[in-house]
Amino acid sequence: QLAVPIAVVFAPGSVPGDLPRSLPFRDVQETEISVNRRTSVVSRYETVYRSTTAQEETALGAATAREADAALCLLQDTSLGSLTMYVVPETSSLLPQVGSSTLRCQPLCASPIRGAPLTQVMSFTASSIAATLSDRMPDSQLGHDPRRHLKSSLGRDPKSHAVDWDIEDAVNRYVQPILDKLSLVANFSVDSQILYYAVLGVTPRFDKETSSFLLSAHSLPHVINPVEARLGSSAASLYPVLNFLLYVPERSHSPLYIQDKDGTPVSTNAFHSPRWGGIMIYNVEAPASPQASFPLHVDVDMVRVMEVFLAQLRLLFGLSREELPPEFLLESPGNEGLADWELDRLLWAHTLENIATVSTTLTSLAQLLDKIGNIVIKDDVASEVYRAVASAQSAMVELATGHLHSAFQASKEAVTSSERAFFDPSLLHLLYFPDDQKFAIYIPLFLPMAVPILLSLAKIVREARQRKKEPTKMD
Amino acid sequence: FQDQAEQFFRSGHTNNWAVLVCTSRFWFNYRHVANTLSIYRSVKRLGIADSHIVLMLADDMACNPRNPKPATVFSHKNMELNVYGDDVEVDYRSYEVTVENFLRVLTGRIPPSTPRSKRLLSDDRSNILIYMTGHGGNGFLKFQDSEEITNVELADAFEQMWQKRRYNELLFIIDTCQGASMYERFYSPNIMALASSQVGEDSLSHQPDLGIGVHLMDRYTFYVLEFLEEIHPASQTNMNDLFQVCPKSLCVSTPGHRTDLFQRDPQNVLITDFFGSVRKVEITTETISLDSDLADFESKFPKDELATEPLKYAEQLPVAQIIHQKPKQKEWHPPGGFILGLWALIIMVFFKTYGIKHMKHVF
Repeated sequence: QLAVPIAVVFAPGSVPGDLPRSLPFRDVQETEISVNRRTSVVSRYETVYRSTTAQEETALGAATAREADAALCLLQDTSLGSLTMYVVPETSSLLPQVGSSTLRCQPLCASPIRGAPLTQVMSFTASSIAATLSDRMPDSQLGHDPRRHLKSSLGRDPKSHAVDWDIEDAVNRYVQPILDKLSLVANFSVDSQILYYAVLGVTPRFDKETSSFLLSAHSLPHVINPVEARLGSSAASLYPVLNFLLYVPERSHSPLYIQDKDGTPVSTNAFHSPRWGGIMIYNVEAPASPQASFPLHVDVDMVRVMEVFLAQLRLLFGLSREELPPEFLLESPGNEGLADWELDRLLWAHTLENIATVSTTLTSLAQLLDKIGNIVIKDDVASEVYRAVASAQSAMVELATGHLHSAFQASKEAVTSSERAFFDPSLLHLLYFPDDQKFAIYIPLFLPMAVPILLSLAKIVREARQRKKEPTKMD
Repeated sequence: FQDQAEQFFRSGHTNNWAVLVCTSRFWFNYRHVANTLSIYRSVKRLGIADSHIVLMLADDMACNPRNPKPATVFSHKNMELNVYGDDVEVDYRSYEVTVENFLRVLTGRIPPSTPRSKRLLSDDRSNILIYMTGHGGNGFLKFQDSEEITNVELADAFEQMWQKRRYNELLFIIDTCQGASMYERFYSPNIMALASSQVGEDSLSHQPDLGIGVHLMDRYTFYVLEFLEEIHPASQTNMNDLFQVCPKSLCVSTPGHRTDLFQRDPQNVLITDFFGSVRKVEITTETISLDSDLADFESKFPKDELATEPLKYAEQLPVAQIIHQKPKQKEWHPPGGFILGLWALIIMVFFKTYGIKHMKHVF
């Protein structure tokens, strides 16, 4: 059962006349989402309707939506998983047009009735739950590994360009905020390198009309492989690596554009591969005068690059733009990279997925132990299993009451414990000999030895019986 | 709509792994090492990187004292092709190629100190190619002349992999005598298997080289390799063509295959789905907008100024603790019932045969 606490706050002048009861009141809506024949998830929206406090009123009176949002963020308790909707009158200056808009922390609506699909977008939808609980994870989502490594690389040809990129600064400014927000989900470490003489695996075509080189969309998959061998990701870490590669094409192949299926050049000049990372091509302008000395010094415009990289990072994490009903306006998360409600969506999905993973792992572990009866379970493996079960149960309890943060932590702990128990090196079934193998080994050893022993035993028994008959005969 | 239909027939994998195992050692098993190295070369040429290949070889050919051309392993007679080359990365070599290590690699139950190159870090979207070669029999495969792996163990290992979703699809190729028996027992979904010979048949070797003095390759792998030489990363050849490789006239044995556990039709499975590494890519169409000047940028720096003392190497190892540790007492277990019974029997028979009177000398 998943519970989402929602608060709908009415600013003065926006209370619709058709409310069923007078403020404040609460309402509970439950819908059942069935994933397959045996499992279903009940989603429970607990809505509290109230009117604004004085502080919130002053915040809503701000000139632009952004300032209002910033002020409101500070006011409310930013607990993960809960949703607050502010309903403002249509004449308010915050709304750019008749309709509703959505901000980073919480949405502003003109009418609460239309807020229902909005809550779905902000927390989870039936399809996203079904996707996480299905057999295979959707392509765009990353797994539950606790640590991830991000690697940014710059590939270039040093003969013609001497490229400088201020990657540390850019990472601190743009990438770190989004990683900080995602630090709940995983531990990240960031690395960067410059690769010289990196080659694309594909020769781009020269297009006379635009006098540029074009890479068609179906040759893109072959670009990654030659580069990957040189990226050194195996030395990076044991955990999955996300690679972001910025390629500066050599002078003989400049400018280089990526062409999508229709034949139009892609605006971002970048592509990404699920679970691997992304590549962006950065074209350097040809020098005005042909007598310019080589290598040219180039300073990479990190903002443009980071915009694309962060968009790719979001896509790789599964945070694509959801379809909103037409009258909603979505404000981009800006420098923070990630809106709070997007983080919520990610956490709901991950929590459910973690709990499902724990149950399948422990079930298969139990099946393995049933099949091979004489495996010895070490104490620490047993304690990991107990811990996994307890954490999973507490995660489900927390989900039912709507505490997303503690539910997510509990589910993460459950997954770590269950993985440790399942992949413990001592559980290799090869080390435990089935009974028929034991017989097969010992019988050829002991049977020849046992034959004279058994025959002597038989002789002893016969003699004993004869002696017992003797005294009667001698009489 | 056509896009959707296309997508249905394409594999849903995002990365490729290969586990190549040569289970023999000793000079006269040169051909098994050449087999494995040839497949390794093809797989690398088609795009799978070394970090995604787990290569298990006894690796005693190139530097063997009996090798007339040291540091080479040839796969064609007249020494046309040196498959050992310059960049062979063997992950498990020599005595590390054991059944236990092989199963540990497959199931992932690896001790935490294992380096990354020795691990199979596949996930639920990995297509894995497993190639095994060596000497085998009906239901088993011999590992380095000292142990064997049975088809039941292999099937169980694949089931463990499936339970943890460690593969998306698996292609299992085996080139040994009676190789078809090894895939008889598979029961996990999404596995396709190929073998060089049926039960009761022997897989034969291809050609001896008079200069080196041993047979260089096995027939089945030789013809598979000729087939793979024509494949390039963008080719659309499918699995049905691989099934036709090496008919009985060339191979003398009858190659077999098994596709009932595989969900897709082999017609739609590309060779590069397993032998190469063709990734799914998507064009990035969205960007997010960033402010180029940020006032609170400086606040990030103080976080990095935490003074952490660098750990000295020696301090990380609790040497003092280790030196002064008393040896752990091994617990004494009383002898089990079987041993006790056996000794009781022996003693009883002894005294019965030689008479009770000897007892008083003993006690």
